[in-house]
Amino acid sequence: MVGFFKRFRNDSLAMSVSFFLGMVILLAILAPLIAPYDPTAQNIIAKFQGPSLAHWFGTDQLGRDVFSRILYGGRVTILISLLTMVVTILIGTILGVLAGYFRGWVDDVIMRICDIMLSFPSEVLILAIVGIMGTGLTNIMVAMVIAKWAWYVRMIRAIVISFMDSNYIRFAKVAGCSTGHIIRKHLMVGAIGEIAVLATLDTATIILNISALSFLGLGVQPPTAEWGMMLNEAKNVMITNPGQMLAPGMAIFLVVAAFNFLGDSIQEALNPKINKGLKGQRYSLYQALFGREKMVTE
Amino acid sequence: MKQYIVKRLLWTIPILIGISFFAFILINLSPSDPAEVAIRVNEITPTAENVAQMREQLGLDDPFMTRYLSWLGNALQGDFGNSYVNNKPVAEEIAKALPPTLYLSLVSLLIIVVVSVAVGVLCAVKEDSFTDQIMRGIVFVGTAIPGFWAGILLMWLFAVKLKWLPTSGMMTPAAVILPAVTLALGYISTYVRLIRNNMIQNKRENYVLYGRVRGLSEKTITRHIFKNSLQTSLTALGMSIPKLIAGTVVIENIFAWPGIGRLCVTAIFNRDFPMIQAYVLIMAVLFVFCNLFVDLGSVWIDPRRREA
Repeated sequence: MVGFFKRFRNDSLAMSVSFFLGMVILLAILAPLIAPYDPTAQNIIAKFQGPSLAHWFGTDQLGRDVFSRILYGGRVTILISLLTMVVTILIGTILGVLAGYFRGWVDDVIMRICDIMLSFPSEVLILAIVGIMGTGLTNIMVAMVIAKWAWYVRMIRAIVISFMDSNYIRFAKVAGCSTGHIIRKHLMVGAIGEIAVLATLDTATIILNISALSFLGLGVQPPTAEWGMMLNEAKNVMITNPGQMLAPGMAIFLVVAAFNFLGDSIQEALNPKINKGLKGQRYSLYQALFGREKMVTE
Repeated sequence: MKQYIVKRLLWTIPILIGISFFAFILINLSPSDPAEVAIRVNEITPTAENVAQMREQLGLDDPFMTRYLSWLGNALQGDFGNSYVNNKPVAEEIAKALPPTLYLSLVSLLIIVVVSVAVGVLCAVKEDSFTDQIMRGIVFVGTAIPGFWAGILLMWLFAVKLKWLPTSGMMTPAAVILPAVTLALGYISTYVRLIRNNMIQNKRENYVLYGRVRGLSEKTITRHIFKNSLQTSLTALGMSIPKLIAGTVVIENIFAWPGIGRLCVTAIFNRDFPMIQAYVLIMAVLFVFCNLFVDLGSVWIDPRRREA
């Protein structure tokens, strides 16, 4: 674990991405303090203004301040995504550890249920659940947890099984450690890194899903600001004011890309050897922009 | 191998039963009474009397298993009930909307295959060159963009600004281009990566060295490498097909494409339960069969597994 933090700190891309995400999350939390305007306050006379000192990102079709709406939108999108991710990971970890640690019939039952859940494409499952329960944020979250947990269980079970084969766990068992102790002190300590990679990468997917659903009008309902919904509104005024599409789209793009980079960085810091052979794909953009090989010091 | 195939085929049966059961209980999870919804969508005020009547008409008072079995029996015969909204058979509506969706997915699949093979091979052959880096940079940016944003940006550029392509609908043959490209974008990076990395791995194999020693031309060698690198991509592609069809939901809504994705979202807004149920069932069954074919196909392709 010490090596992990050292490698992570020495990876400048990882550090800048973490810093960026930290800032974004902070801005989202502090939105009510920072936002210069009420995100839902309309001022129809001042509609479609370009960027100015008063309105950094301009105003939208109802004269609402786009910068404030982006801040508040991030609050909804990011915080809800993180919450969804935590719930899914929790379910995934509990069931995954149960299945992977105890094996036998427990494993069989859990995995067969997962197989059935995984035979639905998750997009369809989310749509189905939102369709039946109705639109809205809570329903989207429930839908996403239901659609994703099985996948996590399967992945975390695989991780747990790979650790169960290691000698130190066998030793702990032989030494007579209690099951709870082995899971808490031996298994989870090792597995937590891999789970963190899954969680980070999946947060990106969740953000995309939430904004896609809101874009379709199935998620967050107006007038609450949300990035996907802002894009939907921007789409309606595309012919007269194409500039409206920029801010929310860019926000989603940057945050999703940042989470993806972060997931890859954690992965690389955890297992520096694995990615060596393949030449980290994530540097493609970095290389294209800066034209040099990035150094990851061991 | 025979044993594997039989096992794999048999395993499909409980999965299909599970899926149908799940699609069925979805409606029962609904917070509102389906009978009330069915009445409300026709803009009739529900009263105790007409709700009771509708419940009987929809057979909602029967025991759970009876309802499930009769629903399943009808579904197996292609009868998914009638839409709450216009009272037309759901199967008919879906049959009408399915061809546009399949057409869109097929065009998209073609774009994915052509672009990823071209870019992937180019990147692998010119590994780490400037071209490779630029290509990967472009692919990365192109695919990290959320599909719906890319969709409206492309629509704005090519339909509103340049007026080269129609904004929406499927009136002209060119209308398929924008939605298909948007749909393909997200998948291209995966396949460029897969093809590139597999080819680069294969490049270091002994058979390539042997080929060089024999004096084969670089073109022939690249062809051999390419052939040997396809396996993973083919498996992944097979698994992507149902995902691609499911992914049309957002795209169809942006470009007003008259397919099942749009049908489903409209059904969600109208709370048209039989339609949603049929959509879920059909998509899931499609997914199961695609996975089945991919699994069996990959065994058949790989001689090592064929003999085992």
